[in-house]
Amino acid sequence: MIKTRDISVTVNGTLHAATVEPRLLLADFLRHGLGLTGTHVGCEHGVCGACTVLLDGDSVRSCLMFAVQADGRSVETVESLGRIGQMNALQESFHAHHALQCGFCTSGMLITATDLLKKYPLATDREIREGLSGNLCRCTGYEHIVKAIRAVVACNSGEAR
Amino acid sequence: MKPPPFDYIVADSVEMAVAALAQAGGDAKVIAGGQSLVPMLNFRLLRPSALVDINRIQELAFIRETEGEIRVGALTRHYQLETSPVIARNFPVLACAMTHVAHLAIRNRGTIGGSLSHADPAAELPMMALLLDAKISIASASGRRVTAVRDFLLDALTTDLAPGEIVTEIALPKLPARTGWDFQEVARRYGDFALAAVAVTLTVSDGVIAQARIALTGVGPTALRAADAEALLVGGKLEPSLTGHAIENVRATIEPDTDLHASSDYRRHVAGVLLGRALNRAWCRAQECAA
Repeated sequence: MIKTRDISVTVNGTLHAATVEPRLLLADFLRHGLGLTGTHVGCEHGVCGACTVLLDGDSVRSCLMFAVQADGRSVETVESLGRIGQMNALQESFHAHHALQCGFCTSGMLITATDLLKKYPLATDREIREGLSGNLCRCTGYEHIVKAIRAVVACNSGEAR
Repeated sequence: MKPPPFDYIVADSVEMAVAALAQAGGDAKVIAGGQSLVPMLNFRLLRPSALVDINRIQELAFIRETEGEIRVGALTRHYQLETSPVIARNFPVLACAMTHVAHLAIRNRGTIGGSLSHADPAAELPMMALLLDAKISIASASGRRVTAVRDFLLDALTTDLAPGEIVTEIALPKLPARTGWDFQEVARRYGDFALAAVAVTLTVSDGVIAQARIALTGVGPTALRAADAEALLVGGKLEPSLTGHAIENVRATIEPDTDLHASSDYRRHVAGVLLGRALNRAWCRAQECAA
């Protein structure tokens, strides 16, 4: 019998204590343990990008991490970005540019884009597309997703001037 | 698609990690970034009795410059290698190659020790370690040893690492002055494993090639160095005929597999095309260094 572990993880600013089996994936802990179902689970082997969350600010696949590994660390999910009526600029841009159809990939796209915007200049569409290459949209709505991110880049660089 | 049960041990030091591995008697696995290990667990291709987590061993996360070499701790993430000013200054070819490793979320988490130990035949890091003549430091409960990367990569997903051993760091000797470089890769989708990739350094002295290094990945069971092609470049100027000889030599030497993603002939062809491009770019860069 494998012994369970006590962990405490800060998720979207709130400290949560839990007792988990070591094999519990972080994605499942977020969804089933905390009810944060904004994080979606697609492929469960790190290919589709739907489950991407921020760990101490860096994007990671929550299906390739165990909840026990997040002990003492800070996780942010799509729920942290904004809420209905109070969406952040990236979410507003996705809305304005029709950057989602079924919505399954959207939380992973938003979290990935959040990290990309922080770390890369994204000066060209090619850079945006390369940055998104690890996130699959089976509605194939990439064109609009790229447009939405490009608009945020343009807006940010306007502010910087 | 859920991992089988395993015991979980957090190691705070290398000593603790190797002691835990020794105690498990070859049945435990080290987990660092987990970007290859966790999919294999989720698919239940592996059923280790325990995972020894080395993510909290701070002494393994570093990039240090000494007089003659750069030392990189095994827990260094791909993203850190990609963006390190020390790497950019000393090995721009390595920084460039790292941008081709999977996707940002994978590079944020995946480690260099993990990529080397996993030894995927189409991964970028083993090929770059070969290109840069890396020495690999390895620890176990019975002591420490250092091995050259060419003796470390044995076969697809197979290294010289014994059960109970872990990679602790790699040391990369600095390149000579006037060294041009290039990295070229073809993959079906940006960030995917390479169908073929080529990395080159050319050191130019008195207008001719004094030293050439060519590393390839995706075209054999392990990453490889094209020693014969390197030798035939030395002493020459990079002219189309010489480039052609090097391409011919590499195409004749490699034996790529056919798989779902590409045929053997395609990979052989592409490897030659990429080598030609990489040699030209590296030669140009070496001239810029000299100017």
